This record gives sequence, structure tokens and C-alpha cells, in this order.
Amino acid sequence: MIDIYNLLAEIVGEQHVSNHKEERYFYGCDPGLTPPHEPDYVVMPETTEEVQQIVKLANKEKIPIVPKGGGLALTGLVIPQKGGIVIDMKRMGKILEVNEKSRYVVVEGGVTHGMLQNYLKKHHPKLRHSIPDSPAISTVVGNAVIHGQGRLTQQYGFNSDMVSGLEVVLPTGEICRIGSHSISSQHWFSKGAPWPDLSGLFLGWFGTTGIITKLGLRLYPCKKMRDVMVFLTDKIELVPDIILKLTHTEMTEDIVVNEQPLPPRMKGNIYILIIITGDSDEELDFKRKIIWDALWDIFESRDGGFLSVPADMKPPLLEMPSRDVVRFADVRKGGGFEYSGPIIPLEKYPEFITKQKELVSKYNLSYSATSRVIAGGHCMMYAFAFTFNRADPDEMDRIRKALREAAEFTVEQGGMMWKPTIEEQKMIIERMDPNTLKIMKKIKELLDPNGIMNPGNWEA
Amino acid sequence: MTDYTKQIHRCFRCGYCKFPSDYSDFNCPSYARFRFDTYSTSGRLWLIYAWLKGEIEWSEHLAEILYSCTTCKNCVEQCPMKFSSDIVDWIVAARSDMMEKEKGRIPPRVTSFLEDVYRLGNPLKERGKRDAWANGIKRYQPGDEYLFYVGCLGSYDEFGRRMARSVARLLSEAGISFGILGNDENCCGNEVYLLGEKELFQVLAERNIQKFKELGVKKVVTLSPHAYNAMKNNYPLVSNAYFEVSHYTQLLCGLLRENKIRPSRNKIKVTYHDPCFLGRYNKIYGEPREVLQSIPGIELLEMERNRENSFCCGGGSGNFVTDLLGGSEESPSRIRVREAYETGADILAVACPSCMTMLQDAVKVENLESKLAVKDISQVVAESL
Repeated sequence: MIDIYNLLAEIVGEQHVSNHKEERYFYGCDPGLTPPHEPDYVVMPETTEEVQQIVKLANKEKIPIVPKGGGLALTGLVIPQKGGIVIDMKRMGKILEVNEKSRYVVVEGGVTHGMLQNYLKKHHPKLRHSIPDSPAISTVVGNAVIHGQGRLTQQYGFNSDMVSGLEVVLPTGEICRIGSHSISSQHWFSKGAPWPDLSGLFLGWFGTTGIITKLGLRLYPCKKMRDVMVFLTDKIELVPDIILKLTHTEMTEDIVVNEQPLPPRMKGNIYILIIITGDSDEELDFKRKIIWDALWDIFESRDGGFLSVPADMKPPLLEMPSRDVVRFADVRKGGGFEYSGPIIPLEKYPEFITKQKELVSKYNLSYSATSRVIAGGHCMMYAFAFTFNRADPDEMDRIRKALREAAEFTVEQGGMMWKPTIEEQKMIIERMDPNTLKIMKKIKELLDPNGIMNPGNWEA
Repeated sequence: MTDYTKQIHRCFRCGYCKFPSDYSDFNCPSYARFRFDTYSTSGRLWLIYAWLKGEIEWSEHLAEILYSCTTCKNCVEQCPMKFSSDIVDWIVAARSDMMEKEKGRIPPRVTSFLEDVYRLGNPLKERGKRDAWANGIKRYQPGDEYLFYVGCLGSYDEFGRRMARSVARLLSEAGISFGILGNDENCCGNEVYLLGEKELFQVLAERNIQKFKELGVKKVVTLSPHAYNAMKNNYPLVSNAYFEVSHYTQLLCGLLRENKIRPSRNKIKVTYHDPCFLGRYNKIYGEPREVLQSIPGIELLEMERNRENSFCCGGGSGNFVTDLLGGSEESPSRIRVREAYETGADILAVACPSCMTMLQDAVKVENLESKLAVKDISQVVAESL
């Protein structure tokens, strides 16, 4: 019988592989509501070559593999549904290159957003990347693989749209370069265009088609100053128009729409957070004026107005990543938090928030409704976010039911579930155009003939 | 503290506990060493909750994970949740529970640590001769202003002894009346408390407090931040006997301000390592730096991770003896001396005998002995007189 543990230890060193119950337990669950399932091994490679050897071994022995970054998708995407090997990528933590002129960075597969943020601030203060609101431990690759969003998503699209190249270990063990560096190892400025964009074979696939070991990411100008404006309205139906007016100005960095019942002063109002940036007071003042003018008619009709934000309230609103996001998990004093985050057309916002309130009332839940405008307003991410107490199985069950209903509603409304659970993936697959599904299936079979990569996910 | 078994599930495993506030590197010493998420604070809290629920059973590996925490409080500093201040108390409470419920099945090195403190009054396997370091320094007598409490490392460890002698020299030169307990001194119990052996801690604390009472001690100055922490924060839970406790860097700082110690010019480059039990536990960041900066000509170069964000040497919670984090390039003490060396300093100044022994070993293993001298703050001052 083949001793997989020893073979893994030969590849990464004994101290970087475990089959202890403790690691299997922890890596077998995430902070969301997906039932746990343990891996047989957890392994932590340090180089692409080590990843390659692990994949070759797994492919030969037909052992499932699940690559894991920060593990904070909350929807069970790195829970190893069929056991096997979880590859914790965080030892691959080197920032390999920053190209200041062409504005991109190349990172290894385990670099965290926190470390990249710190590195850029220290060494390239004029550049920044799109920092997600997930905690600092979330990885750049993990975030790209789930089509994550960040503070620059309103301007430049999903964080995965900012990818400028990939190095991938294919399920059969080959190392494959995607993008401009496929012909020149020195240049990582494009992930595909003007040629076929093969990054689409890996982004959004949740690790079912390969393991990204290096990633190029576009960087953007880091302005000297940032400020936040808050527009308030109690007219849900006006939100799409407000966003349309704001995005028309092309003056905003980020637009986030918030509705939550706590603290009580926030109940009943929609808070639209508008982040602006500039290199001078004059630039910020100009942007404030343009934004103010854009919403003047709503203000005049008394349907909304700007909130005066005290100076001490601004830092938490501007903080990147925002620690307030994780504090939501402690609202019920129970360490739990999951959300279904469908991507929806802008005009559907009122229907979604109405649905969320219906679910809250039906299932007696604590909630927050946070939405982010994507790519200038073509769509937005709407989060059905519910917090729960991990020691309260009844509450967890009610949230599972509410999220199931939210997913069904999303599909009915023509929305796209973001980082869907396996159950939601099945729901999507059932409704997908058969020929689209056929392409997905062909791609999967071609790249992963033995079905070893994160099995259970995107199984057509 | 609230019952930890009713609270511990509140950890969301968001991972902020792994970092310093600027995310420059991993700042949880055991996570930096082992890199499995289980060795981070959230890993421990989730495993403890699983153990309480019966989802996992006790194992040697679980015990190793639990006891490899140095209780450095980086997690307390960085956790964004409202319960953050309770985290280390939860881990200590779980250690106590594990000791009781699992019938003492804890890592053998921890068992040995506790047995040695119980049998010998110190974890270093030394017998008697606690005053061998003192070289004529007198015993405490009623009327002395300060009792100088040197602790186990100050009494027995060679580097700790040098620290103790250096502090004693400065106090003498400043005209402070003080004395030591010599062979009557006992372990302070700080590590015993953190390892979860609360009964033994109670015995040690009561014994020390009783001794202080008998001698009429009103002021204690400690060599070790660990002893300072135990006496300042934990002894009041055992007895309401009042005595004032300070760390020697606080006392030196006062003496320098009063010009009772006057260092001469010394053109040296120094970086300072904040001990967890002085810094994060007791918020003493300024005085040690002020002591160093009182030396004319000194250049104080900060490591990237300093003050609240300081990276633990890996010695806390008894690890300076149990060494559950040793044996790797990624051992915290080795990471820390590399970071100190990167500042360009000639001297890595410490204020804790535990940090001293950890970092002295690390500079040797890293082959930095000729480039970076590890010295106690009092030694840096004494060499400048």
C-alpha cells in the first residue's frame, strides 16, 4: 500500500504535512454554514515545483485535492467534500515583482491582501491594489478565483478583471503560463487580450481546473487623500437612480449601499457610502461639488440628503480592509456569518432588499444588507448577510433555509450567485443553457481527466 | 472572566490575530513557526470548542498546539471583536481544564516544568544556591526601600545572572537601598499560572506574599517582566496585601530623570525588543526607550514590529524552558534576531531575562554573534557610565 503521508513529506518536508485529527478537523470546516468534511492530509508547499509534485502524486493515485488560501469565502468552497489533500498555499508568500511603469505586481499563490497592501505602502506608495473587505488574511489568488470584489471594483470591475497573468499547475501536473508572460517571462501586463483569454479556464472555477501558483495583478494610482460622503434616503425605489447619477459623474472610487437595523438610529434608512480620492484639497472639493450637484434634485425633493459625517466616524468607513465587516459575526455573540451575494442588475435593488426583509421577518434573523456597485454601475453585488450563533443549531438551520430561499429568488430574478455553495451550484447547473453546460463539462474533463480537483464543485 | 466554555465559540477565525496592525508579517509566534492554521489563535479556539463539544478527543498533538501558545497577547491586541481581551484567559482556562479533565496528560516538557517548580522552586532543575549570582549583594532587611526580586532566570541562568548583577550595580551606584531574598526567594509563578496550574500558582503567590509580609516589604522591583506581571496583576487576586511593584526599567528611568545615574557619551546603534509582559500586558513602552535614549550618542533604531506590534521571542508561557517552538529557521527567536539585524543595530537591547536567553541562543544559531550583541538595557547603561 502506498504511504501517501511519507510521499507528501518527501516533497514538502515532514513539518509541512499533517494527517493529525486536529488539522483535519480545522481544515475540514469554514466559518459559514456548510457541513464539515475532513481531508485526509493537509500540506503546505513553498514552491511551484512542490505544488507540481503534489499534483502529480494526487493525479497518479486519483486523490482529491483542494487548494486553500484564506478560507474565508464562507460558502464551503474549500471544504474537501471528498477528503483527500488540502493544499494550504500560504507558505507561497513572496511578492516577486512590481512593475511601476506598467503598473502591475506578480505574487505567489499564497500572498495575502494584507501583506500586499503593506508592501505597496512601504515600497511603492504611489500604487495600490483593489483591497477586498474580507480580512487581511484572504489571499490575492483566492479572491481572484472567486471573482472577488474590492475597493476599486466600482471603477475597474471584479478583482479578477484586474488579473494580468497566471502561472497554473494543471491537474495533470504541467506548469502553464497564461497571458503576456506565456511568450515572454518578463512581462505580466495582460492575462489574454488581444489573444484568447485563457484565464477564464481558471478564474471562477474554484480550483477545479488547476492551482494558481503565481498571479499578475494590475495596480492603480494611490491618491494622497481619501474621503467619504454619506447620502441618506428612506426611499428604496430611488437607490438605482441615485447610483446611476453617481456613476455618471465618474468621480467616485467606491459606492457601497448599506441597510441594517442596528444600531437603531440606522433603521429604516439606506446609507450610500461614496468614497472619493484626490491628490489635493482642490481636487476633492471639485469632486464633492460634482457629486453634490448630481444628487441635487433628490435633495430638493426632500427624498434624501447628505449626512454630516463627524471626523471620528470617518476612519472606520475608510479603513481597508474594514474590520467592522468581521464584527458583524459577533452581533449574535456567536462567531457565525454567512451571506449569499448575488450579482444583480442595478434596477433590481428594490426587489432584493424587499426580499431580504421578508426573509428576516419569516425566519427571525439578524441581518445586514450591503451592496457594492460594480464597474461603473452595470451591476451590483447584493449581500443577503445573516449573522448567527454557532452554538445555536436552530438559528443556523433557519439561516440555511433563508439563504436557500434567497438563492431561489436570485435565480428567478435573473441574478448570478457569487461564490455559490455546492447546493447553489447545482441550482445554477439545473437552469443553465445545456450547451453552456456542455462547454463547461468539456473544459473540466479536458483539464482534469481524473476529476481530482476540488471535487463536488461545478460538477456538471 | 466569564465562563470560557460559554464564549469560546464566538471566534469567527477571521485571522487578524495572525498579523501586526500593518499586516507586514505574521505576528503570532506559533503560527509563524508552524504555519498550520491550527497553531494560530483562531485554530486553538476552534479546537478547544471542538474538544469541549466532544468532536475531537484529547491527543498529544492537541496538547502541543495548546501549549505552544506563548500567551504573548498579539491576538488580544489585533482581534477586532469585543471579546478580544478575554482570549488569553480562555486559553489559560482551557489548559487548566485539560489538566484536570485529561488527568494531567499534557506535554511531557510542560509536566516537567511544573514538577520542577513544585519540587525545586524553579523550572531550571537547579537545587538551592539561589543566591550564587549575588556576589555579596546583601539580603533584604526591614527598612530597605526596595526588595530586588530577580526570579528563576536571574538566579540560575548565566545571562540572567549577569542582568541581575548589572541592575544591582546601577541601583547601588544610584544610592538606592535595596536587598534580595537570596535562598528564600521562590518562583514568581507567572508561567505556572499561564500554563494553567492555578493551584500551584496559588501556593507560590501565597508563599511569596507571606515572605514579603514577614519582612515588611513595601516596594518590589523585579528583574523580569514576567514576575512584574504576576505580582502586579495576578497576586492581587490571591491576597489583598499591598506592596508596590515596578520593573527595573521604570526604576532606572526615574533615577535617570533625577540625574542619579549619569551615562557618558556612547556612540552605539541599538534596537530594542519589547517584552510581551512589559509591553502588551502592562503597556510599558516608553520607559525602556527613555532609559536607552538617555545615553548621549546612542542611536535607537526601531524594528519594524515594535511596541504593541512587537514580535514575541517565543519564550512566554514557559517556552523558554519547554521550547515547544524551537528547532527551526522559523522559530520566533531566530526570526526576531534577523529582524533586529536588519535595522543595522550593533546591539539588540532586551529588558527580560527570558527574552535574553531566547535571543542569545538565536544569534548563535543564526551566526550573528559577531555582528549583533544581545544585551540587557541595564548592561547598555552600565557600559556607558
